[in-house]
Amino acid sequence: MLAQLLQFSFSGLTVGATYALAALGFTLIYNASHVINFAQGEFIMIGGMLAVFLVGLGVPLPFAIVLAVAVAALVGVLMEKLAIEPVGRGDTLALVIVTIGVSLVLRGAVQVWLGKGSHALPSFSGDAPILIGGAALMPQSLWVLATSAAVVVALAWFFERTLAGKAMLATAINRTAAELVGIDTDRVLRVSFALSAALGALGGILITPITLTSFDVGIMLGLKGFAAAVVGGLGSGLGAIVGGLLVGLIEAFCAGWLSSSYKDAVPFVLILFILFFLPSGLFGPKTTERV
Amino acid sequence: MTNRITSLVGLAIVTAVVAIIPFVAPNSFYLDLAIRTGINAVVVLGLNLLIGFAGQISLGHAGFIGLGAFASAVLPTHFGWHPLAAMAAGSLAAGALAAVVARPIFRLRGHYLAMATLGLGIIVNIVLRNEAQWTGGPDGMPVPAMTLFGIDVVSDRQWYWIVGALLLVSIWASLNLIDSPFGRAMRALHGSEVAARVVGVDVTRYKVAVFVMSAMFAGLMGSVTAHYVGFVSPALADFGHSVELLTMVVVGGMASVFGSVVGAVLLTALPQLLATLEGWETVAYGAVLVLCMIFLPKGLVPTLAARFERRRR
Amino acid sequence: MRGVFKTLVGGIVLAAGIAQAALAVEPIKVGSVLSVTGAAAYLGDPELKTLQMYVKKLNAEGGLLGRPLELVHYDDGSDANKANAFAKRLVDDDKVDFIVGGTTTGSTMSMVPIVEKAGVPFMSLAGAVVVVEPVKKWVFKASTTDRIAAERVLYDMKQRGITKIALLSDTSGFGQSGRTQTLSVLAKYGVSLVADETFGTKDTDATPQLTKIRNAPGIQAIFVFGFGQGPALVTKNIRQLGIDLPVYHAHGVGSDEFIRIAGPAAEGVKALAPALMIADHLADGDPQKPVVSAYVKTYTDTWKEGVSMFGGQAHDNFFIVVDAIRRAGTTDKAKVREEIEKTSKWIGTGGEVNMSATDHMGFDLWGLRLLEVKNGVWVEAK
Repeated sequence: MLAQLLQFSFSGLTVGATYALAALGFTLIYNASHVINFAQGEFIMIGGMLAVFLVGLGVPLPFAIVLAVAVAALVGVLMEKLAIEPVGRGDTLALVIVTIGVSLVLRGAVQVWLGKGSHALPSFSGDAPILIGGAALMPQSLWVLATSAAVVVALAWFFERTLAGKAMLATAINRTAAELVGIDTDRVLRVSFALSAALGALGGILITPITLTSFDVGIMLGLKGFAAAVVGGLGSGLGAIVGGLLVGLIEAFCAGWLSSSYKDAVPFVLILFILFFLPSGLFGPKTTERV
Repeated sequence: MTNRITSLVGLAIVTAVVAIIPFVAPNSFYLDLAIRTGINAVVVLGLNLLIGFAGQISLGHAGFIGLGAFASAVLPTHFGWHPLAAMAAGSLAAGALAAVVARPIFRLRGHYLAMATLGLGIIVNIVLRNEAQWTGGPDGMPVPAMTLFGIDVVSDRQWYWIVGALLLVSIWASLNLIDSPFGRAMRALHGSEVAARVVGVDVTRYKVAVFVMSAMFAGLMGSVTAHYVGFVSPALADFGHSVELLTMVVVGGMASVFGSVVGAVLLTALPQLLATLEGWETVAYGAVLVLCMIFLPKGLVPTLAARFERRRR
Repeated sequence: MRGVFKTLVGGIVLAAGIAQAALAVEPIKVGSVLSVTGAAAYLGDPELKTLQMYVKKLNAEGGLLGRPLELVHYDDGSDANKANAFAKRLVDDDKVDFIVGGTTTGSTMSMVPIVEKAGVPFMSLAGAVVVVEPVKKWVFKASTTDRIAAERVLYDMKQRGITKIALLSDTSGFGQSGRTQTLSVLAKYGVSLVADETFGTKDTDATPQLTKIRNAPGIQAIFVFGFGQGPALVTKNIRQLGIDLPVYHAHGVGSDEFIRIAGPAAEGVKALAPALMIADHLADGDPQKPVVSAYVKTYTDTWKEGVSMFGGQAHDNFFIVVDAIRRAGTTDKAKVREEIEKTSKWIGTGGEVNMSATDHMGFDLWGLRLLEVKNGVWVEAK
């Protein structure tokens, strides 16, 4: 019984950590622009697929990871420059639709370029499971959890200690006021896109040894990351992390105890539940505002 | 008044096109394309009422289509319902589900409807895929023929006239709705919610009503699709299908009745044109969305109409 | 005026002449609707490549009945509703002579009403038994079904004294139809289920389901029914959890890609596949050796990638019609249909095909071979 409980928790936390990274990506962009970026899932896909591609070319894994994350960040900036900026800030609805369009373009382009097959990456430190209380924990899961934790710490430092981070926070709280004190909010938006893309890509690379990757993994991962962000409260960094882990855990326990067929419904039932009873999410700002 | 004339002219043009197509279509493939376009156009009209006049988007309309379609497949097959009764039930179920979800959501402000409908649509899809003993699971199931007054409606031509009539009635109803006090209230919402509230418009009630109506449109057309195609599968309720419908609204023009029709025509034909473009289809579809938002933010019909107006002056 | 009239008449005569000439070498049109993108792309992609390759090859060799072949293909994106629309287009607009395709059961079933109404020979590439049961006049499917696959695996289990198993099926049409068929033939082989779980084709983790399976009382083996990357992931998860039970896969994983993705975890796993997957290991006297070797060579030379059984199925279904047209000496649809139904002792990559008026599939239990991964390659299980 305990072993089962532990096994479900390991599984839930690992998957949940990737949802959390995706949710953080949603949050960053939402804070900078109030846009829900439906291309977030594609960043996850791009990270994994690029890493696989580079390793296939013979690039050593650590370089492949850095390069893949960097390219994804560049894609994020380009997306902001070429698709988001021309539409302009006014119409949030139009911006949301643009992100859906961009996600289709990215997914289609990768499909044409790298094909439709599934790909795996070797685990970073072997495939021998660590047995804890009768449950198996994969070393790669530790990588996922540790890296996610490191990213969270780094982000916290960035927002509290650096000027760029503070500028982003200020923009999130009140854009007009931020502009008045001389913050370049367009740049903030660009940095947000770069950062979200990098976060997504990093998550995508980390889980590829566990979950495999292909051109269309971004759809479901993106939607579930979005669900995690809503559960945690759109706009809250802490909420994104807790939301992600929570969605992952509930999913794993649902698959184990209730029904594996309905586990994919979990994040979306949670969305409805949260909107009905706790509209600002677990940690979201308490005032909801018309945008 | 000129607005009214423009509307009538538009309606006349659509009527003429609908009447001519069967006589100029080289073969029934084009008729089939026209029927599918008509079905999409009616759904998009409903969606456009919601988006254009209540300022809310739905990312789950395919879920309502799926409900209608499977009502028409499951109820007659497993419970021996008359297809018409099943059709009504499907549409009502879609409306009821929309109402249940809408009430709490519309108390909030912001784009929460998008999130809620996204979740709802995906849940419907998952249920349809999983309840294989009723729905045939991911492979879907055949649909019994529709019978009207003891006659089986099976031929393309019969369905063409039914869909054509539905389309014209929907356009006419939408145009009237916009001019009605109800419609004015709806437009007021889009302009300013606070102002609407001040003049005594019950914001939440109207929003819920619009949403429920558009869900019922979608459910009804789901039923029509099911009977026309003779087969349903859960792919009808896919998130991707919701996005396609949204694209039609955006390309044609938000808040524009004829924009809905134009959007449906263009984007139903587009996949057929792209069908031989192996692989690039998704890219092209996405690019159309992005380019449209950048260069035609109001959509094709309103932009062209504005340009025409300017030139006349 | 006269000049104009003359030119006009001349033009019409010329145009008619061209039309006449075109008529004389009018190509035989091969229609296909395959899932080249979307969830079933893994199946549809090699199917399309196979068709493209052989249409080109036949044309280079002088065509069929002296007429060139023309492939008209549409991708349904793994969406059954699109397949229905494209089938209509093939029948009404392109006026094809026969249709190969419908990668998935859903796509196939949505196309069936159209081909039945129009009367076009239709070779489905889908897996489920509903395609050919009950028999439909114009619908054939020279590829194995899920029920045969289930029986073949259960037969082997019975031989090895395995009676308590876990079934883990994917949530696609392939897996769910496979699950239903497995449940329907369990009793025949004296096997009972101690766990019955599912996993999504795009799932990232199946350890919760497998933890449950591991703890099921008396479990002796795991039967995985799925296709694509899902079963590879499940295989990895099984070994990660340290579960040391025999693992059987149905006929949805028979490709080198499975071994590449699952890595060392694939070692010792059993799966069903046609002889195609062990082309190099076939005995010289094996009746399938020539056709299988030829297919593997042509495919790998053309596309520079490994073969999969799905491409092989496309090959078989395509050539059954080609041979039927040759025998009939015409593309008259009714005659071609009759000849397809008469196909007997026809050796393809999937095994021997014997069709009849009551059997539009033509395979028995032995078309599929039970393979095992040994040292990173598929070999026939002992």
